[in-house]
Formats: sequence, C-alpha cells, structure tokens
Amino acid sequence: MAELLRLEQATIRFGGLTAVNAVDFAVNEGELCGLIGPNGAGKTTVFNLITGVYAPTSGRISFGGRDLRGLGVDGIVGLGIARTFQNIRLFGSLSVLDNVRAACNLHRATAPGHALLRLGAFRRDEAAIVARANELLEIFNLGRFRDAPARSLPYGEQRRLEIVRCLATRPRLLLLDEPAAGMNPTEKTELIRLIQQVRRQFNLSILLVEHSMRVVMGCCERIAVLDYGVKIAEGTPDQIRTDPKVIEAYLGEDHGSSLAHH
Amino acid sequence: MPRPHVALLLALAAAYGVSHFPGGLDPYLLDVLTGIGINIILAVSLNLVNGYTGQFSLGHAGFMSVGAYLSSAVSLFVAPKLVGELSAAGEVTQGAVFLAALITGGFCAALAGLFVGVPSLRLRGDYLALVTLGFGEIIRVIFQNVEILGGALGLNAIPGSTTLTWVLAVAAVTVFVVHCLVDSTYGRGFLATRDDEIAAAAVGLNPTRYKIVAFVVAAFFAGVAGGLYAHFKLTITPTGFDFTRSIEIVVMVILGGMGNAVGVILAAVLLTVLPEVLRPIAEYRMILYSLLLVLLMLLRPQGLFNFPARRPRG
Amino acid sequence: MAEFLQQLLNGLSLGAIYALIALGYTMVYGVLRFINFAHSDVFMVGAFIGYFAGRIVPEGTLWGGLVVLLAAMAGCAVLGMLIERLAYRPLRGAPTLNVLITAIGVSLLLEYSGQVFFGAAPRTFPAILPSANFTLGGLVLSSNQLVVIVVAVLLMIGLELIVHRTKIGMAMRAVSLNPRAAQLVGVNNDVVISFTFGLGSALAAAGGVLYALNYPSIDPLMGVMPGLKAFVAAILGGIGNIPGAALGGLLLGVVETFVNGSQWSTYKDAIAFAILIVILLFRPAGLLGRATVEKV
Repeated sequence: MAELLRLEQATIRFGGLTAVNAVDFAVNEGELCGLIGPNGAGKTTVFNLITGVYAPTSGRISFGGRDLRGLGVDGIVGLGIARTFQNIRLFGSLSVLDNVRAACNLHRATAPGHALLRLGAFRRDEAAIVARANELLEIFNLGRFRDAPARSLPYGEQRRLEIVRCLATRPRLLLLDEPAAGMNPTEKTELIRLIQQVRRQFNLSILLVEHSMRVVMGCCERIAVLDYGVKIAEGTPDQIRTDPKVIEAYLGEDHGSSLAHH
Repeated sequence: MPRPHVALLLALAAAYGVSHFPGGLDPYLLDVLTGIGINIILAVSLNLVNGYTGQFSLGHAGFMSVGAYLSSAVSLFVAPKLVGELSAAGEVTQGAVFLAALITGGFCAALAGLFVGVPSLRLRGDYLALVTLGFGEIIRVIFQNVEILGGALGLNAIPGSTTLTWVLAVAAVTVFVVHCLVDSTYGRGFLATRDDEIAAAAVGLNPTRYKIVAFVVAAFFAGVAGGLYAHFKLTITPTGFDFTRSIEIVVMVILGGMGNAVGVILAAVLLTVLPEVLRPIAEYRMILYSLLLVLLMLLRPQGLFNFPARRPRG
Repeated sequence: MAEFLQQLLNGLSLGAIYALIALGYTMVYGVLRFINFAHSDVFMVGAFIGYFAGRIVPEGTLWGGLVVLLAAMAGCAVLGMLIERLAYRPLRGAPTLNVLITAIGVSLLLEYSGQVFFGAAPRTFPAILPSANFTLGGLVLSSNQLVVIVVAVLLMIGLELIVHRTKIGMAMRAVSLNPRAAQLVGVNNDVVISFTFGLGSALAAAGGVLYALNYPSIDPLMGVMPGLKAFVAAILGGIGNIPGAALGGLLLGVVETFVNGSQWSTYKDAIAFAILIVILLFRPAGLLGRATVEKV
C-alpha cells in the first residue's frame, strides 16, 4: 500500500503550550484510520495542521510525497485533502445544491471571464457541474433538499451535506472531525455504514477524529491515540483496546468506561 | 443567445431610445433620472462587495472620486491635445473621447481598489469598514492637495458629455456584469466567502482572491459612475466625495436587502427620488432620512425589498 | 527645543481630548463588540449643552466652569443611555453590519437634528473659565490647556477607580470578558451596558466642553473628525483596552500636532487614517491589545 499522508515530528506551540508534540503518523492509500484521545489532546489541531489552517512550528507534513508547507488552505484542498468540521460549517444561506456547486470550482473547466460571455463551453461546463452535484446529492439522499437553504436542514442531513461537499472537491484523503458528535446509537450505526460506503464508492482514504469509541472501533483499521499532544499509542483496534497507556489516559474520564465496554 | 445578453441588448436599446424621445424630456425629470442611473451603478457595484461577498466597504465614494477626477483630467487636459477642441469635433469623436475618459477613470479606480483591497481585505467586519473609510478620506485629502487637479477648489468647466443614454447604458452594463459574475459556479464563491470564509477555503476556494475581485470590479464601476457624475455636474470638489456619500450608497444596498439585485436597484431609485419628494419639508428631510434608517434596521433588518426570494436559477 | 516642547504640550492637550472620547469607544466595544458611530455626536451634543449652560452661569468663574462641565456630562450620560436603550438594545445579537448601520443612522440623526435645532452656522463658545497665560522658560501654557490636561487626568483616574474598585466596574469587566458567563453569575447585563454607555457619553461630553474651550467655535458637525480620530486612537491603543485608549489618544494628539506644525500640515487630517491603516495591517490588536485567533 502506498503511503499518502505523512506527519514527521509534527509540532505546534501556542505561546507556552505545545498543543501537538513531535507526532509521527501516516495514512496509506485506501486506509481508514482513526485519531482518538481525551478532550484537549490535540486531535483537531492535528487536522488544522494537515489542512494548513496552522503552520507547524517544526516538523514536516507531506501528502503524496509533497511538502505541504506554505500551500495555504485552498492549495492543500487542491492537492486532494478535504475535511469536515467539528461544528458543521456549511454555507448556511446557500441552497444545498449551491453548497456543492461552490465546492466544484476546483474542477471547473472554464475561466471566470466565461461567466460574462456565456458561450457554449461555459454552458456545457455549468451543466456538467450541476449534473455532477445533483448526482452526488442523490447518492446521499439529499436530492429532495436540493433547493432548500443549507441552514434549514436537519442536523444529520447537514453532516451528510458537509461530506458531500468534501467529495465534490474530488479528494484522495477525507478528514472527518467528530462526525458522530450529537448522534444517537442508531444514527451512529448509520454513520459507520456511510463512512464505509464513501471509502468504497469514491476510492479514497479516510482519517477520522472521533470521541465515540463505538464508531472508531467499529470502522477504523488502524488507530493512533493522542494525549496532551503526544502520540501515546498506535495499532489495530484490538491492540488499542488493551494498551495500558491508553487505558490510563482515558481513566478518570468518562470515556474510560466506554473503552472497557468494547 | 443567453437570457442575460438579451436583457442587456434590450436595455441598451431602451437607453438609446430615451435620448431620441420625441420632443425630449423635461430637464428636471432628466436631472432626476440621471441621478437615479448613477446611483444604480454605485449601489449595484457596491452590492457585489457588501451584499454578495459580505465585506463591509465604506469607501465607495473614494473610488468614485478617483474616477471623477481622472476622467475629467482626460477630458480637460489629455483630449484637447489629441483631438483638438472638443466642441469642434464630430459626434463620434466626442463619444469616443468620453468613453475613453470613463474607462480611464474606471481603471484608475480599479487600481486604487486593488491598492486598498490587497492589504485590507484580511480584516473583518467593522475593521474593514473603518479602513476603507480611512482610505476614502485619505484619497479626499490627497485630491485636496494636488494642485493640478484644482486642490480644494476642485475642477470645473468639465465638458457636459453625460447624457441619459450614457448613464442608462452604463447602468445596464453594471447590472449585467454583476449578475453574470455571481450567477455562475465561479460566482457561488462570492456567496460562499460571505457565508463562511474558513469553509470556503476548505473547499478549495480562495476567499481573499474573491474579495479582491469583488472589490476591484466594484471600484471600477464606482470610477465610471464618478466619471459620469463629473461630466454631468460639470464641476467637482473633493468634499463632494466624503464618507457621507459612501454611507448613502451603503444605505441603498442595505435597504435593498444585501445581495438582492432587484431590491438594490429599487432602493437606489427610492433613495434618489425621496429627497426630491421631501423637498417641501426642506430641512427636516435629512432628519426623517436618518430616522427611517434607524427604524428600518430595527423593524426590517433584512432590507425593505427582501422578500422570501426565488432561488437564483442554477 | 522650546519649540519642540511647546508642540509636545499642545499635542498632549489635544491628545487628552482624543483620549476622553476614545475611552467611550473602547468601553462600548468592550461590552458590546461594536463601534458606536454616534459617539462622536454625543461629543458634539456635550459641547452644545456646555454652550447653553455657559450662557446661564457667570463668565470667567471656576465654579461656573465646573457647573457647565457637570451639566454637559450629566446630559450626555442620559443621552447615551437613551440611545442604547432605544436604538441598540433591540438589536442585541443582530449581525454586526445592522448594528453598525443603526449607529450610523443615530449619528446622522443627531447631526441633522443639530443642524435644524442649533443651526448649521458655527457659534462662539463662551469663555466660561478665567483665562490666563503662564510662561515657563520659553513655553506658553494657557490656563485652558492646563484645565484640559488636569480635568482629563482626573477623569481618567476616576474611571480607573470605577472600573477596578467598584462592583459595577467589576461587572463591566466581567461582561466584557464573557457576557453569557457574567449573566450566569448574576450580573444584569442590561444595567451594565446601560451604565457603560452613560459613563462613556459623560466622558465624551467632558471632551466636548474641553475641546470647545480650546477651539471656541462649535457646530453640529464638529464631532465628525475628532470622533473618527478618537476612534483611531482607541484602535491604536488596542480596542477594548482602557489604558490603551488613553495612550492612543495622547499619541495621536501629539503626532497630529507635529504634522500640523510641519510642511505637511495640509495632510493633518489624513495622518490619523494612515496610522489607522498601518496599525490594523501590522498590529490589529493595537499597542496594548492582545491578539485573538478564531477557533476552527
């Protein structure tokens, strides 16, 4: 399996706080990985480092062998890394369809100036984009909401739309930030199914930050555990479940019990 | 032919028709209509920045003044050297010179927009409003100090090339350009930037570039509007473009319901006509105007003309 | 050297007035996170209250001056609280742009009402205080300048005491740090915000009277430029930061006075905006402010 994403000694400090400390981690082509850890362990910060929201204080992050430093958030998306947000960030006033259309700009065939001329090439391009956006919405059962403003969608649908929007950028790696937050057990089962479907159908790798042990243990092939910004363990779900360091990190947190249950 | 193009051609034909109205129009009406047209250009272009892209610019009058001054400079100083006495030239030459003057004004304003926008557009909300206001005031002070452009006295004896046809034609082009730009997959990026910059970047859009494009395009049309204004009023002074003028334009955009093209046009018409209608109560009209502004924000914050809208067509 | 010190002195007395106005901007920004555009017109109203009160009290007496100052401060405190109650409170939680436009609307309302009721023509401010010039070495210090500096310093000390030594001051700081948490621990946000507006407006009124003492020509648009500049001062010092506003005001007053005395004097109105732009671009949190990063 070819390596896709690689973090080498990735570190970021905010003032005196080292939020992520010398983390080594890799995601391979087609893999479904999980990143877990207690609250404030630095999981989302790792996402922000990968996606260029923050620049690492030291260390190196590369994607497909290419150093991501200095590419900017939009440049990194262009290479094929898409993400969702812990607190969903849709374009609230735009229609569901337009949320997806906006994400199709990376693969637009005509230059912006064509919007003024509106020649055949422009119209074909627009039609293709709308068709593709509609197709994506249908796959994820969002077609019936097409013209509704995104902010009017129910919570679960908003989460799905955020994933659809990511897929419209044609990513090779999908980063999901706590997709199960606020979901009940039935919805979580549904989510696990969805994540696996996405990976299969769109042929991509997924890195998951998650609090819900059920979801992480239920679908990830490899899991890394962060605590206070340091990677304390990495391995298969079975290895992680029994790792004494992991259990210790989670003890005293209510997650300790949820870890024991699985 | 695509629908926007048909609409544009019809509007241009109508603009041409207005000037060849049998018997001509009443001069007072002509005055008001010209004012409406110029305000439509200003409001619709600012709507691209404040409405669609969600940035708060308070410097539109500054860009207008750049266009007004530079286009007047072309008409007053450059054109006579190139084509000789303007009044002696043929109608086509006069038109060509005026077009060149307007476009020069527009480009200079766009350049100023680029110069202002690149450093300041990473600021948000009221900070951006202040920086643009600051730039607008700096532009004004600079014009006050440039002797060749008349200093504090301004420029006068500008040729009266602005006709209703010119104004309406430019207004039609402005509406067309802004509409076409926004109503496309590319244009969804302006709206996405407005709704959530971080999310916009996360789907591969470059919010900064969108903001700058919006800013520069808007500045261009503000500059052209300034040129039309100068060649309509025949004299301009730096104080005519202070930030109360910018606020007037912002109010049109807000009244129209930010990002609602038809509403903004209606608001531009209403706010140009209102002072005329209120003329009998003279000094109280500005009190009424400001009171309406406050009440509007309190009672109808979404704008006067923003109704549960049709979705824009895909 | 004497020339330099003289300019510095003039700059400080102008800066003290900017500082007084800037404090109101910064306090309101602290509790409500918005720019109270109408603040500059409260300053104007303060000067006008001073003007009318000044015609009642005998000229040239110290107690008369004090009465005028207090009348203006009290009147504007009420005005400020009224504006907050009627125009801003209904918009709490509304988008920033709407609140900003409302503030602009209130500002225009005060200006145009002023033009109608006070007339647009400038009026001469009465010489309420006894006036004298002191010479110290080569320096000339007018009693009015002295009054400006002394009153401004006293008011700032008073403000410092209110903010740090009283219960309402603590509540103000709490609201400014986290309005919701303040509410949870029993702070009545409405009262605090109202008080903040009153306090800020009273300071602006004092600034208005002091300004009118030194530049004794007042008109309904007199607040626009000092208001904008005081706002720049607030940002320069770090918006929401009280000592910062004082520092920013003084710095701006000094810089402007020096520019005014140089060959670039025609650009003196532009200098404040140039400072604004430079500070926002390179140190948006201001001199004494702390940068914040949006959480993703």
